[in-house]
Amino acid sequence: MTDRPLKVLIAKPGLDGHDRGAKVLARGLRDEGFEVVYTGLRQTPEMIVTAALQEDVDVVGLSILSGAHMTLVPKVCRQLRERGLSDVLVTVGGIIPDDDVEPLKAEGVAAVFGPGTTIGEVAEFIRANATPRE
Amino acid sequence: MPTPRPASSGGAGAGAGAAAAQPADRAAQPADRAAALAEGTRAGDRRSLARLLTAVENRTAMAEHAMRRLYPLAGHAHLIGITGAPGAGKSTLAAALIAELRRAGRSVAVVAVDPSSPITGGALLGDRVRMQAYAGDDGVFIRSMASRGHAGGLAATSTAAAAVLDGAGFDVVLLETVGTGQSEVEVAAAADTTVVLEAPEMGDEVQAIKAGLLEVADIVVVNKGDRPGAQRTASQLRAMLTPMAGRGADGSSRPAPKRPDVLITTAATGEGVPELLAALDRHRSDGPVVHEARVARAEAQVAEVLAERMRARLAERAGADVAREVYDLVARHELDPYAAADRLLAQVDQDRSPA
Repeated sequence: MTDRPLKVLIAKPGLDGHDRGAKVLARGLRDEGFEVVYTGLRQTPEMIVTAALQEDVDVVGLSILSGAHMTLVPKVCRQLRERGLSDVLVTVGGIIPDDDVEPLKAEGVAAVFGPGTTIGEVAEFIRANATPRE
Repeated sequence: MPTPRPASSGGAGAGAGAAAAQPADRAAQPADRAAALAEGTRAGDRRSLARLLTAVENRTAMAEHAMRRLYPLAGHAHLIGITGAPGAGKSTLAAALIAELRRAGRSVAVVAVDPSSPITGGALLGDRVRMQAYAGDDGVFIRSMASRGHAGGLAATSTAAAAVLDGAGFDVVLLETVGTGQSEVEVAAAADTTVVLEAPEMGDEVQAIKAGLLEVADIVVVNKGDRPGAQRTASQLRAMLTPMAGRGADGSSRPAPKRPDVLITTAATGEGVPELLAALDRHRSDGPVVHEARVARAEAQVAEVLAERMRARLAERAGADVAREVYDLVARHELDPYAAADRLLAQVDQDRSPA
């Protein structure tokens, strides 16, 4: 069945408490027809990867505003690979300095979405790049 | 706060290499892949289990093969349904039950259903928010499901997903419905034991005697027990849910109403949850009652497969032409729907005979 909805995990790693953006994105992607698993605030990389594995998601979207992205994102990417989830598309949103974008991509991040990105752009990127589960 | 930037060495190449670690080769035949996933699932590989649940949810050819292997292994888990109005505390109670079950050394899987949008088909699956603490614990497995247009409180494939988790060896499978109203009673057929959650002051005694959801409860839980009115709500429910004197004891074949326990919990603090678990275990120990629930579930499962098979057969080339003709006749009111169904059943029989 090819027309089933893509499944997206929206998670907030780290300790900042600003989850409005993640919630708005989760809601927006719902309206774009995705099945969105929202896990809430203060997720450790292990919690995120466990959720991605159990839910068998096509996409992991990480929202980080704390500045800790260079520590947390590589951990998530590495653990995803270690647990056989290397085909999951990883995207990052939040406040990410331009200089960090390439290093994050080298860790396995498919796209970094900064302030001003529309939900439509995120949805379009996911549809074009995610590998749907069977 | 600025963060030191690590050197990005070694990360880029790892993606391609790890792809070989997939539990099932996508190019293999459905039956072979199903066998590999079922084998992985029973051996405790959570990735295989997750993949299998996706196949079940998407009703792929692989799912049927895998189910044939896993179904004989299932039947040992206690399937517990949790239902109630949106915000009554189903997820929080599920989390509290997970904690209590883990303390008792029992493994637990959760199927948590949230509604799909009737407009876009999208869904926001938010039940994990309340069930966070078990990332490193292999005795807990949580799976969210979108209802995908299915009415009744569950997804169409929730029962099958529960059977897979049962076959994977979990001691308890919790089935958490979407937020329900008065008539989404499907969970009662999907579970061995059905828990209906109420919040304090949700209605008066007349609400408690209406037909529907409360009737299918094996256990009624008044959650948010720390709120004012919890005791009063529980007393009203107890008074109204007690069966009428003599009812069901008169030898008639009418089904006897259930006599649910009414308990009070405060799921957020765990208050009352040990008592709830004790009540769940008590209900499960009633063999005939649980067996009846399982027969009802078997009937629903088989009926669904039957209907699906029938539709598939009618969609096959010869059947499709006949079906279309029959639908045309019904549309012109030259044939009634009952006669039409009989004609299509006859067609299915006829197709069957050469096989």
